[in-house]
Amino acid sequence: MIEVLHPGIYCSIQDQGRFGYAKMGIPQAGYMDTYAAKMANALLKNHERAALIEITFGQGKFKFTSDTYICITGGDFSPKINEKLIKMQSVYPIKKDSVLSFGKRVYGARVYLSVYGGIQTERIYSSRSYFKGITQQKLVKGDMLPILPIQENTENSFSRVRVSEKHFKTMYLPCIKGPEFSRLNKEQQRRLFTPFTVSDHNNRVGYRLKECLENNLPSILTSAVMPGTVQLTPSGKCIILLQDCQVTGGYPRILQLSDIAIARVSQKISGDKIQFRLEQHL
Amino acid sequence: MKFQLTYKLFGRSAILVEWPANISQEIIQDIISFERQVKEIDSILDTIIAYNSLLIRYQNPIIDKELTISQLKKIYAASSYLIKQDQFLWQIPVCYDVSFGIDLEEIANKKKCSVAEIIRLHTEGDYLVYFIGFQPGFLYLGGLHQTLHVSRKSNPRLRVDKGSVAIGGIQTGIYPQNSSGGWNIIGKSPLNFFDINASEPCFAKPGDRIKFVAVDIHTFYQIEREVANQKFRIKNSEL
Repeated sequence: MIEVLHPGIYCSIQDQGRFGYAKMGIPQAGYMDTYAAKMANALLKNHERAALIEITFGQGKFKFTSDTYICITGGDFSPKINEKLIKMQSVYPIKKDSVLSFGKRVYGARVYLSVYGGIQTERIYSSRSYFKGITQQKLVKGDMLPILPIQENTENSFSRVRVSEKHFKTMYLPCIKGPEFSRLNKEQQRRLFTPFTVSDHNNRVGYRLKECLENNLPSILTSAVMPGTVQLTPSGKCIILLQDCQVTGGYPRILQLSDIAIARVSQKISGDKIQFRLEQHL
Repeated sequence: MKFQLTYKLFGRSAILVEWPANISQEIIQDIISFERQVKEIDSILDTIIAYNSLLIRYQNPIIDKELTISQLKKIYAASSYLIKQDQFLWQIPVCYDVSFGIDLEEIANKKKCSVAEIIRLHTEGDYLVYFIGFQPGFLYLGGLHQTLHVSRKSNPRLRVDKGSVAIGGIQTGIYPQNSSGGWNIIGKSPLNFFDINASEPCFAKPGDRIKFVAVDIHTFYQIEREVANQKFRIKNSEL
């Protein structure tokens, strides 16, 4: 088991998310930084869909009640085992009763903690991803998360990989035009590809950007949206929808972020700069 | 009846199919019927139905856009009109007290009529369930009286109560959970619109109809208690 000693500000269990249930209005959810989450699973030789803990701003404290292996990826918040600093993107054998905590922020916003075999909480609608109304919303103090016992012959590959610094540092977000892009006038289109600032309103549902675009577009008839859809609200503010976003929305969809851009955004914090960049359509 | 559809790439791995931009029963039936055929394709990840659109998400990025679209066009040309299945009219109790309907007075001012008139118009007819979206169990309803059309708030509220009955543009609906939202709130229903523990988490489905029935605040709390004790049965009748 993993015992949640301190739940931080927002820790949740995430896997790839839910697909096939959008018709009941059930959102996709799932890990925000796919790049980091899949890496954490790969280093432990877990299935890429194994559930892990997504830790916002590295705030949280966890105790392991049995021996296991762990790997930490994503944002670097100086992870520590029993107060001793450990490396990111490395597999560590963990002794029973060890405590994982975090320290100073080095970069990023979301940390991923994967354990041997993945977290074994209940699957609801083919996924363990937390989403309010489907599962509990977030981890709370005292939660006990089941994990698998390690096999006798489990070997630590001691694999360690270097992450691309660009993933955390770059402001560029590759995207393609959204369904309502062509309704923007020349000036709006020009402005859209200049830098924006991430506002304080940023979470798993979406990131609201600070600057305004002059907006005279009418609402659309409510239609599908997905993680990565950039909506233009009537106030002229852009919202980048992310993993916990609804399945439909009524604001014009002006851009659609690529998968890697979604992962990059999820490591941004308030005040960070971002810039959309058009990729070629197919 | 077949419609003139447009097909757009939406992201790397999805196609957005659009019908004429109208809210109509014929269009939604056509979308539901098309979606049933499309769902059978192996490489489909998920589909999202809305008033005049169908989003088809594929498991992998689309390599050949033209080929994918021509496959969909073939399926559409071959699909037949859906036969009506058992559809219900559901009676939904709503308390329009201004303590719940926090935007009622503002709407009445805007429309130069009384709050009572707003309530009368909202409970007068019944509404077609077009699709479920925005949140688990959020019903998109068509049939709102023209006088009640009010544009969405330019800045969405960060907190709207579960059960809130609201108007957004030409649409009306009920928030199934506490959430953020940009619609104008006119009342509150004590029912659960999404219950993960029920065999059918959403009692209503596309094609059903909804009738709002005004109840006073005393009745609201009584029904709320009955719902909590699983003693409340929603009145319905076959269409």
